Amino acid sequence: MASQSKSLTRPPVGPVRATTDWISDLGELVINWVVSVGDVAEFFFRTLAWLVMRMPRRDTLLPNFYQIGVLSLPVVALTGTFIGMVLAVQSHSQFRQLNLETRLGAVINMSLVRELGPVLAATMLAGRVGSAMAAELGTMRVTEQIDALSSMGANPIQYLVVPRFLACLILIPTLTIMADFMGVVGGAFYAIYGLGIDSNHYWQNSQDYVGAFDLFSGVFKSLFFGAAIALISCYRGFHCTPGAEGVGRAATSAFVVSFVVILVLDFFLGIALDNVYLLIWPEGLHLL
Amino acid sequence: MPAQPPKTAATPRLVVDLRGVNIAFGRQQVLRDIGLSIPRGQTLVIIGESGCGKTVMLKTMIGLVTPSRGQVFFDGMDLATLTEKEATLARMRFGYLFQNAALFDSMTVGQNVAFPVREHTDTSDQQIQELVLSRLAEVGLPESIVGKKPAELSGGMRKRVGLARALALNPELMLYDEPTTGLDPIMSDVINELILRTRSQHPVTSIVVTHDMRTARKVADRVIMVYPLSRLAPDEPQIIFDGPPEAIERSGDPRVTQFVNGEAGERLMEMRKMADLRLTNQP
Repeated sequence: MASQSKSLTRPPVGPVRATTDWISDLGELVINWVVSVGDVAEFFFRTLAWLVMRMPRRDTLLPNFYQIGVLSLPVVALTGTFIGMVLAVQSHSQFRQLNLETRLGAVINMSLVRELGPVLAATMLAGRVGSAMAAELGTMRVTEQIDALSSMGANPIQYLVVPRFLACLILIPTLTIMADFMGVVGGAFYAIYGLGIDSNHYWQNSQDYVGAFDLFSGVFKSLFFGAAIALISCYRGFHCTPGAEGVGRAATSAFVVSFVVILVLDFFLGIALDNVYLLIWPEGLHLL
Repeated sequence: MPAQPPKTAATPRLVVDLRGVNIAFGRQQVLRDIGLSIPRGQTLVIIGESGCGKTVMLKTMIGLVTPSRGQVFFDGMDLATLTEKEATLARMRFGYLFQNAALFDSMTVGQNVAFPVREHTDTSDQQIQELVLSRLAEVGLPESIVGKKPAELSGGMRKRVGLARALALNPELMLYDEPTTGLDPIMSDVINELILRTRSQHPVTSIVVTHDMRTARKVADRVIMVYPLSRLAPDEPQIIFDGPPEAIERSGDPRVTQFVNGEAGERLMEMRKMADLRLTNQP
């Protein structure tokens, strides 16, 4: 009897029903996505508003600066060095076929300061700091510590998000410069001592083609990456679902979403900065 | 032009006043048409089974949860119309003891208790230190605990530190969310005594959410019982009992007496029915 009534309440799924279900699922997905983009934008404006209204206290800023900046330096320096050396290995094998080994300095250093340095520093920051921030704030949400802050008249965005946002924004250029520097050193070390390229040619070539604008464009882009990492990670932590699974998911998605946003931002900022470059120096780029 | 809702209620002697409050999370409605007035100085105990919306009601009273419909007044002020600054000033006037104390993990016990004082006043470090020690002494904790992290404390100690933190700014309204849950009977009684002692030492209005009838009998001036919406007909009120603690024993409502006496009653029959249905559905 029960199974009979069950079969009556569930109509068979035909092709029309399956299609409408699929359309409604897709619609729900799009609506959720639009809502979450709106939520992140609101979160961003509230953070900016608190940044202007009231500066965080020294004792909330310093631990974040230490955690985000100082503790990230070794890992950024190490990965920067290796990426410089890897670039030397890969570009050498290609350039040797064209007999253009002496141009290696320009290629390695240009790639490093414009692209790889900032993206690598941002990726390391998203992995090391972003997911930790999401997990920490997520745990605070689950254990009602964020509610406790509100109940004591402290604004959680002002108290928790603004210091992290400031630390990421201010320190990511430093980390980027560190990644650039170590990459340049690593690349030069392998190219000169490992591959036997003349050091005068290497450095002269780098100096001729890598300018201050290239360094600036990398550091400038990193500011956007830092802001995106802090906002996305804090947002994910604040909207963490209950339980260990929720915290884990917040940490993972903070990294994944930050990484995707870093690459998308890199693409659009790259186009914008190239246009700015051509506007200032209309003769354009001449690498080779 | 629509009429603006009044910013202040006509009865300021009420500390908390809920009017027609509805709360929904997504599609799930938790509270429906709640009307509740709590006069100054009263100790109200809210009882009800897990998941009936007691904690949500408590959080609504101080603006941590925004009602989807209805108004919440705190000392005559409509919480929805307060500016950020006014809301901060209002929040300095109440203390909230969270279910698991919600102490900040990254801070020591001393920093936790000092937090509201540092956040809202310009008190010197020396005075804050003295205040922290006196608040800890009030809840029966030794000085040696000041430098410890919350993770190093037992459940009962954490609750008492949470109480010391909630009392730091001498609140007018104290809210306790399941203060004795997860504690042994002795520590539960200590917490009950602390609730009573707080009321005798400070002129405070208290709201206690609990499903512990010992707490309800010991501390309450008035008890209300909230019932889960999923078990109510669309026109039934969600507060199924409102009266003094002595009257709850004499309540003619079987739902109230079952809760007070801790009887599973119809739930047991429902469980049996579900198990039977599962068996008959199996091929």
